[in-house]
Amino acid sequence: MAEPARAKPKPTPETQHFWDGTRGGELRLQRCDACANVYFPPRPFCPSCASRKVSVFKASGKGKLYSYVINHRPAAPGFTPPYAIAIVELDEGPRMMSNIVDCPQTPEALELDMKLEVAFEKLDDAITLPQFRPAKG
Amino acid sequence: MRKNAVAVVGAAETTELGVIPNVSQIQLHADAALNAIADAGLKLSDIDGIATAVETPQQIAHYLGITPTWVDGTSVGGCSFMLHVRHAAAAIEAGLCKTVLITHAESGKSMIGKQPRSTPPDSLNGQFESPFGVYGPPSMFPIPVLRYMKTYGITHEQIAMVAVVQREWAAKNPRATMKTPITVEDVLNSRMIAYPFRILQCCLVTDGGGALILTSADRARDFPRKPVYIAGTGESVETPMVSQMATFNSSRAFKVAGPAAFREAGIAHKDVDHLMVYDAFAHLPLYGLGDLGFMPHEETGKFIADGHTRPGGKLPLNTNGGGLSYMHSGMYGMYALQESVRQMRGIAPAQVKDAKISVCHGVGGMFAASGTIIFTNEK
Repeated sequence: MAEPARAKPKPTPETQHFWDGTRGGELRLQRCDACANVYFPPRPFCPSCASRKVSVFKASGKGKLYSYVINHRPAAPGFTPPYAIAIVELDEGPRMMSNIVDCPQTPEALELDMKLEVAFEKLDDAITLPQFRPAKG
Repeated sequence: MRKNAVAVVGAAETTELGVIPNVSQIQLHADAALNAIADAGLKLSDIDGIATAVETPQQIAHYLGITPTWVDGTSVGGCSFMLHVRHAAAAIEAGLCKTVLITHAESGKSMIGKQPRSTPPDSLNGQFESPFGVYGPPSMFPIPVLRYMKTYGITHEQIAMVAVVQREWAAKNPRATMKTPITVEDVLNSRMIAYPFRILQCCLVTDGGGALILTSADRARDFPRKPVYIAGTGESVETPMVSQMATFNSSRAFKVAGPAAFREAGIAHKDVDHLMVYDAFAHLPLYGLGDLGFMPHEETGKFIADGHTRPGGKLPLNTNGGGLSYMHSGMYGMYALQESVRQMRGIAPAQVKDAKISVCHGVGGMFAASGTIIFTNEK
């Protein structure tokens, strides 16, 4: 029997551009055309100034480790404990939840403020998740 | 809102707390409600306002046979009942109703007549948190704490002391689920749940409920119990996604709700005799002490580790044993309110001598919401 799959996001009209981006290897954010606020998660207006004039742009994919837990139990379906659930602070400002790959899932290896870069993990033809790994160099 | 214009005149928990496999969730509501009504010396027909969370007001009103003129179904997690108290006080002051019943119950352990919580995959949580392995509160609520510890220089041992001190309080409470004393070493060697938190830093999972009855202060004098007045109130929400908190160094919802209640009550921190801070996990009392303005966040860990919140300390905190040791059915705010009322009535198992002002602070979701109620027994 197949392992239970991890929870899969279901895009909405307002978030589709984000998931189209990850599928194509881009991490996309939004910026307000009126006040320049960069924000996440996606919505078609600026949560700072309420302007509906906003643009989608490709983010650098770089950030740093803001905080995390290493989950032991109960484990989510599709995950093998222990695994880190991380909050990444992107260089553009917004934070997002993700996982840290190519790195031991230990307190010693997961240092707060360590530099990270985006990696992409394809779940199926529709959904690719943004993951992060320690930045090279 | 006018200070001390409304009072708690009835307060009770379910007949049993802990593991109650022979009672459904809605019947736990009814059990708590009937106990509170008896405590207040009222009949069900005297109730004209009703508030509850998760269950709808119509479910509880129909089950109990109540015809309300005012209802509140605010459901923002475990502090919903703090918000109900605030809303009920405003409604009574505005003349919308005279006697409000607030109920909570949860078959959190036995899951009898309780719907499991679920996160739709097209919600923002379902898209931007669930895919990354969050699975229930233990995997989510502690996410901010490593950042908090780094920012303020808080140690693992200091946070472990939260659990140790609350067990000291629980040992004085016959109804507490966990009463055996524990040490910092016990906490730091207990089973890992979600690093940095171990099982003794996570709340219990139990069954139970509680209910409150509020009426105007003018009417409160005619009730059998000593009235406990609502001196100050506050509420707020921030975000349902822990990843999207403005900062992990503080809770915005705490910082709005807590100070609002202090301003309304017109009290200073030194006036507080008794404090409840909803402790679903061991870091919450630290956030509460800092965000409510008792001290800078840098000092919160040391304050607890130095014993100032333990029995005999200058700021008795979570005197029923808290969610860590007393009970936690899933939405603990009602039990924090019950303990504040007991302390103000002077009948708590671990009674704080001559306590006159009790601050009761709740959290909902993972720092998603907050409510603060300040009680007094002096008008």
